[in-house]
Amino acid sequence: MHGTHVTTGEQRFDVQGITRVEGEGSLRLVVRDGQVIESQLAIFEAPRYFERLVVGRTPNEVLDIVARICGICPVAYQMSAVHAFEDLGEVAIEPSVRTLRRLLYCGEWIESHALHVYLLHAPDFLGCANAVELANLDRAAVERGLALKKAGNRIVAVLGGRPIHPVSVRVGGFSKVPTKRELQALRPDLDAALDHALATVDWVATFVAPDFEREERFVSLRHPTEYPMNDGRIVSSDGLDLAPTDWETAFQEEQVPWSHALQAHMGDRVPYLLGPAARITLAADQLHPTARAALDRIGLADAIRRNPYWSIAARAVELVHAVAEALDIVDGYVPPERATEPWTPSAGTASWATEAPRGLLFHHYELDERGRIASARIVPPTSQNQAAIEADMTSFAPSILDEPHDVATHRLEQLIRSYDPCISCATHFLDLTVEASS
Amino acid sequence: MTGAVRATIASRPRLGIMKFASCDGCQLTILDLEDHLLDLLVRFDLVEFAEASSYRSSGPFDIVLVEGSISTPEQAEEIVRIRRETPLLVTIGACATAGGIQALRNWADHDAYRAAVYAHPEYVESLATSTPISDHVAVDAELRGCPIDPGQLLELLTALTVGRRPQLPDESVCLECKRRGTVCVLVTGNGPCLGPVTHTGCGALCPAYARGCYGCFGPREAANAPSLARWFGRDGRSDADTARLFSGFTAYAPPFRSVIDSLGGPPIASHSGEDA
Repeated sequence: MHGTHVTTGEQRFDVQGITRVEGEGSLRLVVRDGQVIESQLAIFEAPRYFERLVVGRTPNEVLDIVARICGICPVAYQMSAVHAFEDLGEVAIEPSVRTLRRLLYCGEWIESHALHVYLLHAPDFLGCANAVELANLDRAAVERGLALKKAGNRIVAVLGGRPIHPVSVRVGGFSKVPTKRELQALRPDLDAALDHALATVDWVATFVAPDFEREERFVSLRHPTEYPMNDGRIVSSDGLDLAPTDWETAFQEEQVPWSHALQAHMGDRVPYLLGPAARITLAADQLHPTARAALDRIGLADAIRRNPYWSIAARAVELVHAVAEALDIVDGYVPPERATEPWTPSAGTASWATEAPRGLLFHHYELDERGRIASARIVPPTSQNQAAIEADMTSFAPSILDEPHDVATHRLEQLIRSYDPCISCATHFLDLTVEASS
Repeated sequence: MTGAVRATIASRPRLGIMKFASCDGCQLTILDLEDHLLDLLVRFDLVEFAEASSYRSSGPFDIVLVEGSISTPEQAEEIVRIRRETPLLVTIGACATAGGIQALRNWADHDAYRAAVYAHPEYVESLATSTPISDHVAVDAELRGCPIDPGQLLELLTALTVGRRPQLPDESVCLECKRRGTVCVLVTGNGPCLGPVTHTGCGALCPAYARGCYGCFGPREAANAPSLARWFGRDGRSDADTARLFSGFTAYAPPFRSVIDSLGGPPIASHSGEDA
């Protein structure tokens, strides 16, 4: 009841079909006598069994197939897979090919973050149900977001032919690399995008986030000289430090009855969070100077670490980083001598982790003697974030129990949205090593 | 394409956009119409688009765009209900029009599959097959592609707002390649290429990026896929390797499906994985 402090009886909050997220999920929170007894992010997206679909395929076929796990972050799936295969084959890609891979990833980060900040998340802060309503309030803001998104999509399209499911990434490089002039043609859009990204940081800093703080364990890649993206070691806010091939030595997955996504845990079962807030927390010193200055100007680094709603500021800062780095890459680009290094598939284990827009994405493949996939394991960021999201819902619950039921439910849905869950990604993964026990 | 396309001239049609089993990429293509998005959306009463809006509706609709394949018992029921709620049902993308990459499971033993995927298969509701929408209900129009092409999407939506028939060419990728001036990848050695039998719409993208077409827009009408498969065989390719070329995002579309069947099935069916 509104205005009544409920300490006895049961309160249930259900959202069947969370909106403005990618894919199909629901949330449930059950509170009895003031204690949270159920806190579930249920993922009911239909499974598509990708880890089985790649069996028998060649590594280059895998790059085309795994892109289809997610329409928003196909590049991330291509990147973790291609680096895994190149690590197995000891393929030394040219430095400028490596740089183009980063540029491709910058494009995806820009497209994905602009989508979430402007079309999915900002409407919550401004009392709107969607971007069309937001445009009625502030059309210039939505147009700025769409221009940013378009700039990111253009990068992916120049390098890969189209923004969704690009076609050029191959083991050893790219099927075709751009000319210097083709990349320079991106410059006017990117110059404008840098202004838009800086304006985004200032815009989101004016938002009022719900008052909520918790201690979180963060995990991301960390590289000695680069903001984490294609390369680095897996680190955590409490001292973990692993090679990008060794995720399985510290993490396990398990199936829970309410979800088609497997949940991931570290050995101590303390949940952990991946994504923009984790990267800002663990690698702010590696941000592009322009992005670092923007983060310092708004003074929200602590808020990003403590309050999940402020992930919108983390995404805005990463927008600045990705655009600024893309500009540097475009300006310094020297086309590689060869688009693709020759490579012969062989038997063995291929694994790698890269930073998808939503966080660390780990792939592991076993290749048979013909160089075909014998088994695969793909661990997307959202399935790893599930346990942390559920734990945060539990911590958040006391602050909403006095609210009217519909307001409280809405606040919970907004909390889920702040993690930018990618539910299509999280589903349809399999773990061949998990024990079938009751 | 049926007469229903012409009949839709409601001044501000009630539009629903929804998904079944898919990656969300075709819905995202709508949001990727950045320059046109705001002006386009105000022409519709967007009553259902869960990916982008918190307003929900279960119908009735004037137009529904559907992404994704039917792969669970609930989805099979839901698409029948949706069909009753709308006079104009448009399928968008390879999953909705051909079953998608996940239709490769149609060749496999689903129970073994699901048990390989999940420790507790009983928690997972899933059909043995992934099938296109048109296997379940009548479809009024379709956009091909994995993902759909933004230009074709804009043409469809524009046509719907003025009540005319959308201009969606049915020709092969080869013709698009010639127009684009791309040297044939079968000549440059970057093949094999499904371009001769694949529906256009992508702008002949893969050949322009120095690789063969992998058929993501599916077979064009009257495609002679068996003949192309024989040509691939003459290059010294095994039946299994020819089958894999057709075993992509539109593998379950009939002309490709029958080629795959005639060559012994897709890789997934022939490969004995360690988990099987």
